[in-house]
Amino acid sequence: MGNDILVMKRISKEFPGVKALDEVTFSVKRGEIHALCGENGAGKSTLMKVLSGIYPPGTYDGDILVNGEVKQFHTIKDSENAGISIIYQELALAPELTVAENIFLGNERAQKGIINWDQTNLEAKRWLDQVGLDISPDKRVKDLGVGQQQLVEIAKALSKKNDLIILDEPTAALTESEVETLIGILEELRRQNVTCIYISHKLNEVMRLCDSVTVLRDGKTIVTKPIDDMDEDKIIAYMVGRELTQLYPKKTGDYIGGPVLEVKNFNVHDYAGRHVIKEASFMARKGEVLGIAGLMGSGRTELFTSLFGAFEGKYSGEITIDGQKAFIKSAADAIKCGMAYVSEDRKKTGLVLDMSIRNNTTMVALDSVSGNGIIDEAKEVHEAEKYMKVFRTKAPSIETKVGTLSGGNQQKVVLGKWLMTSPKILILDEPTRGIDIGAKSEIYAFIHELAKQGISIIIISSELPEVLGMADRVLVMSDGRIAKELSIEEADQNTIMKWATGGAVHA
Amino acid sequence: MLNANANTQSNLNDPAPQRKEIKPEQKGKFRLDFRQYSLLIAILAIFVIFTIATDGSFVTSRNLSNLFRQMSVTGILAIGMTLVIVAGHIDLSVGSLVGLTGGIAAILHVWYDWNTFAAIGVALILGVILGAVQGWWIAYKNVPAFIVTLGGMMVFRGILIGVSNGETIAPLQDNFKMIGQGYIPYTVGYIIAVIVVAALFALYFKNRVKKIKLGLPLGNENAAYGRVALFSIVFLLFVYMMNRYLGIPAPIMAVLVVAGIFIFLSQRTTFGRHVYVIGGNADAAKYSGIKIKRNVLIVYMLMGLLAGIAGVLLTSRLNAATVGAGNMLELDSIAAVVIGGTSLMGGVGTIMGSIIGALIMVSIDNGMSMMNIEPFWQYIVKGSILVIAVWMDVSTKRKQ
Repeated sequence: MGNDILVMKRISKEFPGVKALDEVTFSVKRGEIHALCGENGAGKSTLMKVLSGIYPPGTYDGDILVNGEVKQFHTIKDSENAGISIIYQELALAPELTVAENIFLGNERAQKGIINWDQTNLEAKRWLDQVGLDISPDKRVKDLGVGQQQLVEIAKALSKKNDLIILDEPTAALTESEVETLIGILEELRRQNVTCIYISHKLNEVMRLCDSVTVLRDGKTIVTKPIDDMDEDKIIAYMVGRELTQLYPKKTGDYIGGPVLEVKNFNVHDYAGRHVIKEASFMARKGEVLGIAGLMGSGRTELFTSLFGAFEGKYSGEITIDGQKAFIKSAADAIKCGMAYVSEDRKKTGLVLDMSIRNNTTMVALDSVSGNGIIDEAKEVHEAEKYMKVFRTKAPSIETKVGTLSGGNQQKVVLGKWLMTSPKILILDEPTRGIDIGAKSEIYAFIHELAKQGISIIIISSELPEVLGMADRVLVMSDGRIAKELSIEEADQNTIMKWATGGAVHA
Repeated sequence: MLNANANTQSNLNDPAPQRKEIKPEQKGKFRLDFRQYSLLIAILAIFVIFTIATDGSFVTSRNLSNLFRQMSVTGILAIGMTLVIVAGHIDLSVGSLVGLTGGIAAILHVWYDWNTFAAIGVALILGVILGAVQGWWIAYKNVPAFIVTLGGMMVFRGILIGVSNGETIAPLQDNFKMIGQGYIPYTVGYIIAVIVVAALFALYFKNRVKKIKLGLPLGNENAAYGRVALFSIVFLLFVYMMNRYLGIPAPIMAVLVVAGIFIFLSQRTTFGRHVYVIGGNADAAKYSGIKIKRNVLIVYMLMGLLAGIAGVLLTSRLNAATVGAGNMLELDSIAAVVIGGTSLMGGVGTIMGSIIGALIMVSIDNGMSMMNIEPFWQYIVKGSILVIAVWMDVSTKRKQ
């Protein structure tokens, strides 16, 4: 075992209502590139946050051994001192500072607190050269592209001369040639005996680069194997290996009607001018559950927040709802057209946590319980009570603040809020993220019931079993396009994964 | 903007829920009780301390009448400021706007012989317009409220100095003076008291009947009943105390009317609810189709209107308009709102709390000057109380 630079033993971590990590064991050999794979929500990021000290000891169970010694990391600084650095999926750079300042952030080249700028810039240049980035160290980070920023992050990690570097989805934002550069750098690091943990959805990169792979699923370690014993299909099989149980209601499909929403040649540019949705055309039917699959960053959320009028950017294309052209410029327009959008982050865009269940429930359809702008309190209470009963929301009363509820109950409040608008089209973005299995099956049953009542349902999900279990038809998105439409009979996890990773070209 | 920061921060941490789960019943109850009662306990304690320290002269009808009159301007501003802060913004210009609107009213009235109503009308309309201008910059042009209203603070004061040539404008005619210095006759005062109490009970029973009709739970009836009764007693006592001196002061009548309207506006209208949602979570408001810009604009127009009313009251009470009128009032009213439990992050706060906050601030001024303590102490004590009040709020929140 002396060969292992890192051993994480029986790590468990719970969030309210969810067991994020369940006795995960994870060990990494010195000098290897070790891939960590799993679906979204499998526990990869949580595990890395435990390792880096973001979740301090006491909030999880289990031991972390670095070079054979038990370590306790209370802060990120602790883990850095032990030789571990992490490059996050969301970049952690200060955009207004220069590249050099960012590289040495918290680690300044200084004597007695006075920064030596010549040394800072000189050394920064050296690290930039190493990652193949030909830019001036005094450029501001905000003026760089996302790929270049990612490389600056890597330069920053290298500058700490740590012997274990963790990369969380490092290539998600990189172009083809930048990916090549990154792979070259990592291979060079391996020669220098630096160890890397490589978290990625892109299995072709994993196969090409890594020495061994660990797969997590539902917060458990499923397998750790040398890469030679694996192939892409095997990894996918381990990642999604769950069998479909009675979690999902039976599909009958016989209440599916005509088209409600038709979208033609829909294009979206974000404020930075990037073309995030390219020529999307699709249709959603009455009483049908349409599943949207795709990797993070494939444009799923951008497509639907744009259709809902809430994405900050420019849209073009044709939207038809119930045979009539719809002009949607804001969420208010979309709501008027009969759309409802349960967002992927209910705390950020769905709820006001300091407000009661009652006030959150009536947030959108407040006019329906008011006359001349004056709220009829009794009616409001009546509606809120109604949805609490329908969804069996567990809370002391409708006056309870939603911030104190568990994820599943919060999601029920969000669903109630949108149902109160009597929508024709209900878009659900990651409807069961961070929700325990019991509440999940309840929510699935409601969704099924709503489809039966003739609402057109669109489910965006990273969890393939969820898409397959709920949908009558699946759209797979990749790189801002609708890559493939699959009937539920054609759709299985491997097929979807292949289209989503763009791998179908060689299949 | 404060709010947005807080959001991104919590977002960076983790998509997964982080906060430890608290038993909901326990939390809800504790917080409600503590919030509401801590303010009442504070004001009672202040009254008791000053009563003892002044051998009872603090609670004489005469002094209470004075105290309430002093509070009227800050009270009116604190009402509007509550909405502004709940919406997640701030208004630093109200002091200058009070000075300017009161000054314009006095100029028209004294220099140009306009009649009282016309002069007041112009002051109020001017307040609304200037509030709208600031609100437009904030809501539609995305300039931070702190900057826009800091600018407004300087601009309005500058205009006032310009139009008044730096002179004090006085004296006013009697009917203008009445607004700030007059009293409601005894009998009218008692009639108002009876009407208010009757209306309170009528509303309570009307609501109860409706709940029964809809088959809704009535909740703790005794508590609700007790609240209505307690409020009625306090109000009757207030009218009695005022009538023992010269009657209810007219400016306090204005505060009560404005407070009543704005409490209704904030609690019972869709506009009010939207303001709370916008301040509580602007992203959620956007996704819910709430018209954020328009609502923020209206909030600033209302703030401008209240600044106009406060300006008229101040001019009338002082029987003059000066270039320095209203100085520091923006900070007094912000402090009152914050002491009253409104969160500067937005989304949380009540108008009732702000009025009690204003009462606490004014009581300290009044009580300390009655004790012949030198005025500089008033600043020191008020400043300290502000910090301690917010610290108590923050620390009880963190415990949860």
